Amino acid sequence: MGAGHAHTLYVHEHSPVHRLPPETKVLSAFLFVAAVAVTPREAIWAFGAYAGIEAALVGFSRVPARFVLSRLIAVAPFILFALFLPFIGEGKDVELLGISLSSEGTWAMWNILAKATLGATASILLAATTEVPEIVKGFGRLRVPPVITAIASFMIRYLEVVAEELGRMRTAMTARGYDPRWLSQARPIASSAGTLFVRSYERGERVYDAMLSRGYTGVMPVIDSRTASAQDWAVALMFPLLAAATATIAFVTL
Amino acid sequence: MSNALTVTDLHYAYPDGQVALKGVSFTVKPGEKVALLGPNGAGKTTLAHHLNGIRRSDRGRVEVEDLVLEDSNLAEIRKKVGLVFQNPDDQLFMPTVRDDVAFGPANLGITGEHLDGVIARALADVGAQDLQTRVPHHLSGGERRRVALATVLAMSPSILVLDEPTSGLDPAGRRELIGVLESLGMAQLVITHDLPFALELCDRTLIMDAGRIVADGPTREVLEDEALLRKHRLELPYRI
Repeated sequence: MGAGHAHTLYVHEHSPVHRLPPETKVLSAFLFVAAVAVTPREAIWAFGAYAGIEAALVGFSRVPARFVLSRLIAVAPFILFALFLPFIGEGKDVELLGISLSSEGTWAMWNILAKATLGATASILLAATTEVPEIVKGFGRLRVPPVITAIASFMIRYLEVVAEELGRMRTAMTARGYDPRWLSQARPIASSAGTLFVRSYERGERVYDAMLSRGYTGVMPVIDSRTASAQDWAVALMFPLLAAATATIAFVTL
Repeated sequence: MSNALTVTDLHYAYPDGQVALKGVSFTVKPGEKVALLGPNGAGKTTLAHHLNGIRRSDRGRVEVEDLVLEDSNLAEIRKKVGLVFQNPDDQLFMPTVRDDVAFGPANLGITGEHLDGVIARALADVGAQDLQTRVPHHLSGGERRRVALATVLAMSPSILVLDEPTSGLDPAGRRELIGVLESLGMAQLVITHDLPFALELCDRTLIMDAGRIVADGPTREVLEDEALLRKHRLELPYRI
C-alpha cells in the first residue's frame, strides 16, 4: 500500500511509443487484441507473427524484455488451467510418451496459452508506456462517456487514500489486541468495512464541496484540448493493421 | 473602496437542529490578513463554507467586494473567494497536480496556452513549479498544502480563506507556507489553532466561540489577553 507501488506497471522512458498520444495507444492495443482473439488457432504461424510485432514494439518502447516477462506472471492462473486440457479433453486420440492425450484438448490449451500471452503482453506494453491518468484521458478522447472516465479517475486518485485508511484501522485494531483466527472473530472486520464506507462517503461529500468551490457545474472541464495528429494515428494503427492483415490471411488460407 | 469581505448577522443551523452560527458579523479589508481563532466546534469551518456559498443560510448576508452572495452569482463568488480546505486530500481530487490546478480555471472557460500559463504561474507562486506531473498521493505534506493553495490561486481570487493551513506540517513545511502566504497580496482569512502562526502572519485577529465573534482586534493585543484566551480554550505555547 506504500506510495511507491502506484507505478509498478509503468516504465519511465522517453521512447517514441511513450510519446504517442494515449488515445491512439488504447485503441491500437484494443484492435490488436481483437485481431489476435479472432485468429483461428490452427494458424500457428500467425501467432508467431503477432509475437514478432510485439517484440518489435518492446524494442521501440525500450521497455526491458525482462520487465514484460516478469509481468506476464499475471496470466499464470490461466496457463495452469489450460495445461490440464490435453488430459481432460474429449476423446484420447493422441499418444505421447505413453500418455494418451486429447488432440482437441491440446488445441484448446494452445489457443488459451497463445492468446492469453499475446493479449497480456499488449496490455503490459500499454501500461508500461502510458501512465494511468493518461490512459483514462485516452478513453475520454475516444468518446467514452465523461461520467465513466470521471469515476475511473476518482477511483485511481482515492484508491490508495482509502487503502491507507483501512491500513490505519487494522493497525489500530491490532494495537488493541485483535488477532482474528476464527470466523466468530470476524465481527470487527465487518464493522470496520462499514466504517470505511461511511468515511469514504463523507470524503466524497467534502471532495464535492471542493469541486463546487472551484466552479464545478456538473460537467468535468476539458483540461487538455490537444488531440492526436494524423501522423500519430498512422504510426499507432500500423501495428493493429499488420495484425488484422495477418488474421485475414490466416482465415483465407485455412 | 469596498471591503474584500463583509459578513452581516449570519445565522446557520444544521439540518439536525444544531445551531452553528448565531449572528456572525465582521469585515475584511482588501489585502488585509486576518486570523480566525476559536475552540473546536466554534463554527469556524461552517463559517468558511458560507463565504463561497457551498453552505447557504437564510438569515444574514455575505458580500464579497461589491457583490452580495445570491444564487445567481455563485460562480462569480466562487471565483473571488478561494477556499482552501483543511485536508489537502479533499482539495486535490484530480489524478495529477497539473490537472488539479487546471480544474478551477478550466471551469472558468480558460483553455490552451492561456491555461498552461495560468497553471505555471499558480504553481510558481507557491514554489511548486517542478510538481506539475506528480501524483497528489506521492507529495509530502508540505507540498500537498502548497499545491492545494495553488489550485485556488489559479482562479485569481480576491480573498483567500484557509482552514487550518498549518495542521500536520513539519516546522520546515510550516515555514515555507508562511513565506508563501506572506508573499501573496490578496486579503486572507486564516482559520487556525496555531497562535504563533497567527501572530506572524496576521495583523488582526478574530476569536469565535459558540457561533459568535467574541473578540476582534490587533493580533498582539488579542493574544496578550490571557484571560480572554483561556475563556475560549486557547493558549499560547509561550509568552510573547
